[in-house]
Amino acid sequence: MDGWIDFALGRYNYWIAIILMMTGLYIVYERGNLVKKVVGLNLFQTSVFIFYITIGKIADGTAPIYIGGELEHGESEGEPAGVGPLHEAPADGANTLGDSAGAATPDLADKINNSEPILHGKIANDFPANDLKAGLESLKSPADTTADASLHAAPDIDAGKIANDALAAVEKPPALALDLADPAGLHGADAANAAHNAIGAAVHHVSEVTYSNPLPHVLILTAIVVGVATTAVGLALAVRIREAYGTIEEDELEAIDNIAEFGEGAAPAGAAS
Amino acid sequence: MNLAEQLPVLPVIIPLVAAPITLLLPQGRAPHLWATLISWLTFAASIALVRMVNDTGLISYHLGDWAPPLGIEYRIDLANALVLALVSGIASVVFAFAYRSVRVEVDPRQSTFFYCAMLICLTGLMGVTITGDAFNVFVFLEISSLSTYALIAMGANRDRRALTSSFNYLVMGTIGATFFVIGIGLLYQATGTLNMADLHDRLAGQSNRMVEAGFAFIVVGIGLKLAMFPLHLWLPNAYTYAPSAVSAFIAATATKVAVYVLIRFFYSVFGFDFAFVGHAFTYVLLPLGLAGMFIASLVALFQDDVKRMLAYSSVAQIGYMLLGLSFATVEGLTASLVHVLNHALMKGALFMAVACVVFRTGSHSLQAFAGLAKRMPVTTWAFILSGLSLIGVPLTVGFISKWYLLTAAFAAGHGYAAFLIVASSLIALVYIGRVAEMMLLREPPSEGPYAIPLKEAPLSMLIPMWVLVAANVYFGVRTDLTGDLATRAAEALMLAAGGAP
Repeated sequence: MDGWIDFALGRYNYWIAIILMMTGLYIVYERGNLVKKVVGLNLFQTSVFIFYITIGKIADGTAPIYIGGELEHGESEGEPAGVGPLHEAPADGANTLGDSAGAATPDLADKINNSEPILHGKIANDFPANDLKAGLESLKSPADTTADASLHAAPDIDAGKIANDALAAVEKPPALALDLADPAGLHGADAANAAHNAIGAAVHHVSEVTYSNPLPHVLILTAIVVGVATTAVGLALAVRIREAYGTIEEDELEAIDNIAEFGEGAAPAGAAS
Repeated sequence: MNLAEQLPVLPVIIPLVAAPITLLLPQGRAPHLWATLISWLTFAASIALVRMVNDTGLISYHLGDWAPPLGIEYRIDLANALVLALVSGIASVVFAFAYRSVRVEVDPRQSTFFYCAMLICLTGLMGVTITGDAFNVFVFLEISSLSTYALIAMGANRDRRALTSSFNYLVMGTIGATFFVIGIGLLYQATGTLNMADLHDRLAGQSNRMVEAGFAFIVVGIGLKLAMFPLHLWLPNAYTYAPSAVSAFIAATATKVAVYVLIRFFYSVFGFDFAFVGHAFTYVLLPLGLAGMFIASLVALFQDDVKRMLAYSSVAQIGYMLLGLSFATVEGLTASLVHVLNHALMKGALFMAVACVVFRTGSHSLQAFAGLAKRMPVTTWAFILSGLSLIGVPLTVGFISKWYLLTAAFAAGHGYAAFLIVASSLIALVYIGRVAEMMLLREPPSEGPYAIPLKEAPLSMLIPMWVLVAANVYFGVRTDLTGDLATRAAEALMLAAGGAP
């Protein structure tokens, strides 16, 4: 029984979509007023928008970002590679492990690589630059592996473990950064801070990784445009019907047409207007 | 940039770009000439595409150079190349035909909007046919539907019932399109792709509730668009009260394109691996096709309005197409495709003949046809010849359709269906015969609203109409043209669907 309730509650947005859909269809069917019919139609379409937004959320999914290697079109999902969230997601957005890893990794790897000689030169003894790099390597790998996998299949990696590894690797930098008064070292400190933030955010969210797939949103934007156009045409027709008949109640319209066709005798079909 | 490389996109781009330009033209003759020119260019591009596909096989055009399945793909095989040629061919004839008819039936101030909407409608229909992307189908379907709502409503200048029928079509069409989108959404959820070929690969082996629900939504949604028998309620009024030229255009193209989409989804997206397709054929399409053939034909029998009669006859003819489809054999599919092409030719010609009558008498009621043979003989014979084609008399395209359909029915072991096909053709004989009797044997009324001295419709209407009538006879004699192409198209579709060849 509990399982059943969880099943129902866990999918509450589907219920909302279904209820809205049925309400909308019922209004279209039941109401005689043309404008109310258009409203019902809108409600019906809105339920589909919600449905699309719902399918855009993917538990344990990740953005299809390619880091290194060739772009492969064949295996990835329905959106152009490389123009996904990497360009859009703000760096601090870090809602998901995938996002933060994707956004943080390339910059960080560069920075760390650049700063490495300086760091080694100044304080080579206990700065965990190598550990940090190793951590980043392991952070990178989920992005690599999941980029090929289906968006909808859960990435076949232990996200928590990787995040913990990475966190362990960058535990020290904040403290270390305070010690680094030398301007030359600031670069490394920035990088370490950024890494810490990103990974902290990742660890924070690692229990509930939900990825927002942008494609359904794009689709639904298109559908909204179509819906607005349909509403506009529907309302324009309602206005014209009111001009021609003087009413927008369906049963009255039918009665008027019947009188025009049969009631007043031999009026030919073309002469109704 | 090589024009030949870009050829696949031209049939959509040409009318799409031309449509807004129409609005800039001065009122009068210019918008009509422009739209006609554009439709001819589109037709030429489509014919070039058919030849190209015939020579080289499947064409895959990547829009914006994004390779599928990421980007949108235009995927042209023989089946949709034929439908493309059909839609643009009908457009090029009807657009040429429209000028005089539109001038009397549509408010002159709306003439530029009228041709703009016609071009947008053409764009949408071509786009639905050419695209290989499931969501793209929805977008183009709505482009064509929205312009059709507006076009039907323009009939209000003559009869205000055009407004209510357009509104009803809008409501039903939107519900259909939204169902279709829900179906696409469910498929996307199951597969993560929108490309039809990719969908086919990824759906292979998947047969869960989600895919089944998606399938059901798509079939019902498209069923509304193509006026599958119990979902046809929008069609008779829409065809009856639309301006005559619009009736001729959408009767010949819109439902045919929807039938094509249904075929595409059955064969190229789902395929026979998906058990539901077989069930849909046996338990939905077959009985509904048969019911549509009979019930709609019988209803057509009792109509006193010729346009409404032809509209019901369209619903019946769609029954034939669904019937051929439901046999799930190459012969059946061929019969469906051939009938899609042929029915467009005959219904286009019939509605154009009615448009000529409306042009002179101002009415499409059966009474207006009395004694027409004496006053408008050219139009009368055009109507009778294409009517014979609708019945399925030898030497016309209708006979070819029926022939393929009967062969397919026997081959598939549905002998009773063959009997029913012949029986429903006899009903068509009766309702066409009613009009023919009215035109040939009655005396022209000497008083009443139709007693005005009548003369033949102008040449600008007669010539395009007779082009279509001639096509009815030509393709009825040269059966190898459509028949062979349709057979090869059907074989290719069947192969892709994994059915028995």
